[in-house]
Amino acid sequence: MPIDSIFGIGGTALNAQLIRMNTTASNLANAGTTAPNEQEAFKGKRVIFKALMDDEMTHAGAPYVGGVKVDKIVDDKRPIPKLYDPNNPLADKEGFVYQSNVNEVTEMIDLMAASRSYQNNVEVVNTARELMMRTIDIIKA
Amino acid sequence: MNLLERTMGVHEKALRVRNERMELLARNIANGDTPHFKARELDFKVVMSQAKFEQPINSTHNNHFDFADESVNTDGLRYRVPFNASIDGNTVEMTVEQAKYGKAAADYQATLSFLESRISGVRKALRGE
Repeated sequence: MPIDSIFGIGGTALNAQLIRMNTTASNLANAGTTAPNEQEAFKGKRVIFKALMDDEMTHAGAPYVGGVKVDKIVDDKRPIPKLYDPNNPLADKEGFVYQSNVNEVTEMIDLMAASRSYQNNVEVVNTARELMMRTIDIIKA
Repeated sequence: MNLLERTMGVHEKALRVRNERMELLARNIANGDTPHFKARELDFKVVMSQAKFEQPINSTHNNHFDFADESVNTDGLRYRVPFNASIDGNTVEMTVEQAKYGKAAADYQATLSFLESRISGVRKALRGE
């Protein structure tokens, strides 16, 4: 197996973590939104990762076996907070508006975790690259 | 045994195993947040001890396995036992993996240095300096 498959694996991880960070950014951006009913209220999004373990799961023989992908993005199941605000133009008949169920603190921590994971994988790719360059340099020895 | 094989000795195979191990650790790190992912480890000793007795095999039947030398024998693969079990069934411990990856990179460089010195030795001999 060639050393460049590390780049493929690292790449899938960077991609997955980037999607996770994007999701978090979207959650944070929509944290303050309100809606006239529970269905329309913004629900926090969570990414679910999945390991790429078989050749069939990877793209046309690209060396990504062992990498990771975003399997699906699911809605946060936390209850939607209800706020009594009869003056809000979005309020329903009883005077309630429905806020998003995003918790900013949780999102910030998730963002930090994703960014650390991203850095980890950058470091993995960097180290692999350095070693590859040294291996190429072996002919100069 | 030709000149190159004698010169490289065990280091050529070692480099391949080191590379395989780094890749395995890269997989573990990539899947650090994947639910139910089980971290794996390559037992260098097991793989290398198999390499020593590797003999060319004559296949007399279609179903015989071909001993392709392309990838490392996977018998040395082990599942890692985590220090602390995680609630989502993931056994990757990022700090452990980072440390192991750093060590693996150093091991790779060590093997590379051995190879380098062997090659420069042969080169000197060929030049007759």
